Amino acid sequence: MKNKKKRWYEYLWIISAAYLVLGFFNILFAWIGLICFVVPLLISIGKGNKAYCNRYCGRGQLFDLLGNKLGLSRKKDIPAFIRSSWFRYGFLLFFLTMFGNMLFTTYLVFSEVHGLREIVKILWTFKVPWSFAYHGTAIAPWMVQFAFGFYSVMLTSTILGLITMILYKPRSWCVYCPMGTMTQGICKLKNPCKINK
Amino acid sequence: MTVRRRFASVNEAQCVACGSCIKVCPKEAIHVPNGVSAIVDLLKCVGCGLCAKECPASVIEIKVHQEESMKEQVKG
Repeated sequence: MKNKKKRWYEYLWIISAAYLVLGFFNILFAWIGLICFVVPLLISIGKGNKAYCNRYCGRGQLFDLLGNKLGLSRKKDIPAFIRSSWFRYGFLLFFLTMFGNMLFTTYLVFSEVHGLREIVKILWTFKVPWSFAYHGTAIAPWMVQFAFGFYSVMLTSTILGLITMILYKPRSWCVYCPMGTMTQGICKLKNPCKINK
Repeated sequence: MTVRRRFASVNEAQCVACGSCIKVCPKEAIHVPNGVSAIVDLLKCVGCGLCAKECPASVIEIKVHQEESMKEQVKG
């Protein structure tokens, strides 16, 4: 076996872990998470590949580390229905709907229909008071609301990823990751002749 | 004399192109060049099965192909 030299991007899991921790101290760090949304899309649109998932996804690396190196995964096969197209695209649609809902809540705060809600919604259901991570700033309330909403999205997806990491293989989250599904869809559109039926 | 050759085979229609297989391949025989599915370089693949073990979607299997040895083919 070749002794592979570690590349800089193999340490991006540190940033993913730090991101989750920082959200407990100051919710405004949640904005940094937008990188995980924008970069994969830019790469798939610009280059027509999934280099983000393949190399730079810190979350995938984190699950790999926890599941393989720390042995927290059962390493069982994921149920067939989760890897089916209807589930993957269905989950993407659901995820985008909930993301749209979060943006609407941000808009309501922006338009002063309702005030800032200092909560993090876990698994789209459980409202957890999170005011300890907001210390009052000069930043507009809608920006803070977006941070709470976005951190909810990131924390929820991490929890789902951790559950499937434990139950199935370490990177099971990658099977139904909405960003992965979306970027693969873009790549299919960009490389139509390379799809094997 | 027949030679048994093992190699990884990807179900390209179900591959999610996550790239988990790339990292574990000791021969650098698997790639995801187009973001659609993983592709195996059969000249490099030794069929060790590490990629199949790692694949979160379980879409890689190790196939065994029996072929005549070069010597036999030359004798033909």
